[in-house]
Amino acid sequence: MTDQTPHAVVTEPLKAEARNFNFYYGNHHALKNINLPVAERRVTALIGPSGCGKSTLLRSFNRMHDLYPGNRYGGEIRLYPDDVNLVSAEVDPIEIRMRISMVFQKPNPFPKSIFDNVAYGLMVRGERRRSVLEEKVEEALRGAALWDEVKDRLDDLAFNLSGGQQQRLCIARALAADPELILFDEPTSALDPIATASIEELVTEIRDKVTILIVTHNMQQAARISDYTAFMYLGELVEFGRTDELFVRPRKKQTEDYITGRFG
Amino acid sequence: MTSETTPSQQGESYLDRIRAMRRVRNARERLVEGILFLAAFFAVAVTVAIVAILLYEGAVFFRHVSLVEFLTGTQWTPLFENAHYGMLPLLTGTVVTSVIAFVVAAPLGFLIAVFLSEFAPPRVAQVLKPFLELLAGIPTIVYGYFALLFVTPLLQKIIPDLAGFNMLSAGLVIGLMIVPYVASVSEDAMRAVPMALREGSYAMGATRFQTALRVVLPASFSGVMAAFVLGISRAVGETMVVAIAAGQQPNFTFDPREPAATITAYIVQVAMGDLPHGSIGYQSIFAVGLVLVVITLFFNLLGQMLRKRFREVY
Amino acid sequence: MVKTDLSRLRAVIAKNRRWDLIFGGIGLLATMLGVVVLTVLFVDLVIDGWSRLRPDFFLNFPSRHPERAGILSAWVGSALVMLVTALTAVPLGVAAAVYLEEYAPKHWITELIEVNVSNLAAVPSIIYGLLALGLFVYLLGLGHSILTAGLTLALLILPIIIVATREALRAIPVSIREAAYALGATRWQVVSNHLIPYASGGIYTGVIIGMARAVGETAPIITIGALTFIAFLPPAPFTGDPPAGPFDWLFSPFTVLPIQMFNWLSRPQAAFHVNAAATGIVIIVATLVMNGIAIWLRARVRRNLKW
Repeated sequence: MTDQTPHAVVTEPLKAEARNFNFYYGNHHALKNINLPVAERRVTALIGPSGCGKSTLLRSFNRMHDLYPGNRYGGEIRLYPDDVNLVSAEVDPIEIRMRISMVFQKPNPFPKSIFDNVAYGLMVRGERRRSVLEEKVEEALRGAALWDEVKDRLDDLAFNLSGGQQQRLCIARALAADPELILFDEPTSALDPIATASIEELVTEIRDKVTILIVTHNMQQAARISDYTAFMYLGELVEFGRTDELFVRPRKKQTEDYITGRFG
Repeated sequence: MTSETTPSQQGESYLDRIRAMRRVRNARERLVEGILFLAAFFAVAVTVAIVAILLYEGAVFFRHVSLVEFLTGTQWTPLFENAHYGMLPLLTGTVVTSVIAFVVAAPLGFLIAVFLSEFAPPRVAQVLKPFLELLAGIPTIVYGYFALLFVTPLLQKIIPDLAGFNMLSAGLVIGLMIVPYVASVSEDAMRAVPMALREGSYAMGATRFQTALRVVLPASFSGVMAAFVLGISRAVGETMVVAIAAGQQPNFTFDPREPAATITAYIVQVAMGDLPHGSIGYQSIFAVGLVLVVITLFFNLLGQMLRKRFREVY
Repeated sequence: MVKTDLSRLRAVIAKNRRWDLIFGGIGLLATMLGVVVLTVLFVDLVIDGWSRLRPDFFLNFPSRHPERAGILSAWVGSALVMLVTALTAVPLGVAAAVYLEEYAPKHWITELIEVNVSNLAAVPSIIYGLLALGLFVYLLGLGHSILTAGLTLALLILPIIIVATREALRAIPVSIREAAYALGATRWQVVSNHLIPYASGGIYTGVIIGMARAVGETAPIITIGALTFIAFLPPAPFTGDPPAGPFDWLFSPFTVLPIQMFNWLSRPQAAFHVNAAATGIVIIVATLVMNGIAIWLRARVRRNLKW
């Protein structure tokens, strides 16, 4: 990095931080020496042209790459306050995923009831007490601004919800597990503009309760909802800054080209 | 949502629990994986068991009968006083019934596949295909009844000197029986041909028939061949229809009007009889079973190879 | 110039169309032949056997007198054998399929298992009979029992259940698996909470098709030496004197419907052929109903689960 290191930009305490992080798909070096701070209870956006590695980086934060053979992490992603390197082999990926939830590109509710969907993260932890589950499910659904729409049909199949509702359900599912960090992987790319607006509104509502790292292909979206933005290109983190500064005064030529629409 | 409390505070109790349970959980995961692996490996064990049992039980037979006599002799009379152990009569029975079955099943199965995949409107195909599946699901014993008491009397009206037990009727019925199988495997192959190829042909002004014959068939050729080969394998292994309709007496002949035993029908005959376990006659069924396994395995591997080659193309 | 070309072109097209029509007709005929065979087969059986399908046919034991003979021991035997088959083949088949689809790393052992499963599916059923005869009857000493028959048929339908379960698992999108993993589920939790429940429609379809196959299988049961004249029922648990143990029925001699049919069909007297036809109707209705349910279930699963 040049004159200003990414860490110098962030004034808040950190929730997580990639330090000289590398990632390999087999022999393909997909992420190169990434340094990215994730400020606590702030929204950090990852932008860049498709194939730049932003989703790959995001999925490293909850060890999703462990599911497929031939993937390898290098360097560190540190999680605070306990300061562990979450990609190290000794760290239990299951524990990481319980602490760091994820919302995917396309809504992917389970073909179960609305209630069972939201309660699943708790069930996985062995929570079986009905009263606790009910309380948490309601809290999460309220948090995801879905409660009023579904409170009378919690036993309905989640598939019967609209696309936007399904995505909010997936957010509620992530919220119910009390995560310390939520990863959003282009959460509105499969939704219509109205549903997109409701998801964006939701993100801004929960931002002061939980740390958010979001990948988006939509620069306006990044500008609207994030506090910090990282621009990635060809597996490298090109520029990181406060969102209001990065979009107004990009320091790198590549960043400027991308946000002014000259490529990508 | 860690809300107003510090993130670690609220998380602590469950994190501790998760960490404490990690070893138990990992042990349970590994145990489950081990059990599932054993279940999958069971499939291999069954194959090994088949070969091992046939060799083990067949060993008694081969201690008394030379392989040369077994494979080249033209008399198969293990149940007689003056026993001969040449299995060629069983092979001719198997070959004749299988060839007749193939002659019926290959063209019919192929025509049906072309029709369902290229000609029939999707809705018609949707109605017809379940019928074929139902046909494939009918037990062979019922086909045996059909061969003996419906097809044979019918054929006797056309061929007066047809025996009551005969290979012709059994072969024809086996053919009908495997038509749905040949049709469905061929149809799968044709359906896998990319639409773009067909569109290329239609765009030149070709008709359905021309497209089917000149584009789809060459493109799915090895898949259709696989269907034929796998169909033969089924005909060779078919038991009840021949045991009921072709008779169970070994007969060294290629005349389909005559009764004859196939390998499978002979096994049935001995299994129903009163020979003691351990006698040469009894153990002979394992020896001929071994031959049957080798023949069907050959066709199956060939069929799978053709199928695989076809799948690799698309 | 253009005009003559067009008319020639049209003639060619007309000829091509004719071929299309002719071939379409031949194809339709060939396909209808299947429907015709099914109908003729069924009608033939009904004509021959309908007169024997009275309640007492289901309640009588086999007998030397054709008009008094029934299939009581046969259908009870079939039901019990099917029970053993289902209890063995379903857990084993589903577990094997789950391993191959969700756990198996890509190496030679997996490859070997894969080739094996597809080969087992094509092994003639009578070979399973020989295997069972050598292994279950003689090596393990299980005798000509319901247990032996049930296990034999379980081996036979194992590949069917494995293939059906794998297809059903494969139809579940990766995104569902990832959603569960992302919440901290273990692999077994993903499999047991999600994959198996969502694949259950496809699994049931495979199980029913497998059971339909097993209920009509004759050759392997003959090979293991099942008796054909059984005029008694397996001992019900805790009945009789001395009282039968809860699992004694597993080791009881038995007969099943296709064996009973084969037995009657093998007799020269035409009166017994009527009984064979009546038994054939029972078998064919049972398998048609089972396969019909399976086909319907599969169509429903495909319609309802659009991921």
